[in-house]
Amino acid sequence: MELKTEDYCVWYDTATQTLTCQGTLRLADLEEYTPIWQLLNEVISQKPNLLTLDLRRLKYLNSSGFNVLSRFVLKVRQEATMQLLVQASKQIAWQEKSLKNLQRVMPSLQFEIE
Amino acid sequence: MVSDPFKTTPARAVQQAESSCSEITVGQIFGEFLENLPESREYLLLVFSPSSLPLKKRWRTNGLSADFLADYLAVFFPGDEGNPETVGKQDQIQGTVSYIANELLENAMKFSDDGAPTSIRIELQLYLSKLVFLVTNSIKPNTIQSYQAFIQEVLASNPSEMLFRRLEQLAQDDTLKCSGLGLVTIMNDYSARLGWKFETIPGTPEVTIVTTMVQVNV
Repeated sequence: MELKTEDYCVWYDTATQTLTCQGTLRLADLEEYTPIWQLLNEVISQKPNLLTLDLRRLKYLNSSGFNVLSRFVLKVRQEATMQLLVQASKQIAWQEKSLKNLQRVMPSLQFEIE
Repeated sequence: MVSDPFKTTPARAVQQAESSCSEITVGQIFGEFLENLPESREYLLLVFSPSSLPLKKRWRTNGLSADFLADYLAVFFPGDEGNPETVGKQDQIQGTVSYIANELLENAMKFSDDGAPTSIRIELQLYLSKLVFLVTNSIKPNTIQSYQAFIQEVLASNPSEMLFRRLEQLAQDDTLKCSGLGLVTIMNDYSARLGWKFETIPGTPEVTIVTTMVQVNV
């Protein structure tokens, strides 16, 4: 599963149960995020027991993108068998400032920050 | 010692003020909006003509402009090679400006009235201890009331609680729609102070413009 444009790349590696988002996600509205939303839902439907979300090279994410990311975390929260590990970078300002909000909606979420 | 040039309009206040511009009738102010901003020696101003291309085709210009403002401003925070903390600060300022400018531009482009003969402006002013963003755009007449209601909700709420409430609402509502997350995030995650000024330009038809002011300490 992979979505790739000149601005961003989002893909899921089933073997390592790792979902990676890279580049810049500043799409115009939630409708434009639909392909990504569908990919995220496919990942949830596989119910990986420990899902890693690698955001370390996602340089920019707008609020519509954060909306989608939050919905994803909320859906993972509903899956009793799934755990979520988020890999983040403290060099990237939005991650340092906003990712803590995800832990607030899903307290069991684990962070690995580099 | 000079008097405090940043004396603000009290937060959560809504007041009517006569505008200094004779063509514009009345200004309605919400939140922390500085009417007489002291002159900044360092500032950037970008002006966009919203009707020149459909919004989707020029959407990229929001991010490009925000990144330009951020990269330009970061030059003024070079950091000290011997002090890693100051180098990190430059990245944080770049990221902060880029995020805030992009969100403000996205909102301005989305909500501006394409039929109005006014341009969209973003101005970034640098002061000794703070940054001030000023974004001006026209607003569609049928959205003014709901936007002002949203502003009043934001100003009456604790930003952290409002953000949490908004995020939890996403779980209840599986349809993908606009959420107002951007402005709440700017307030909560970037500790910014927000203010708005609505002004009406007489004519046929009458045009309402809104200026959004965001202040961030640096």
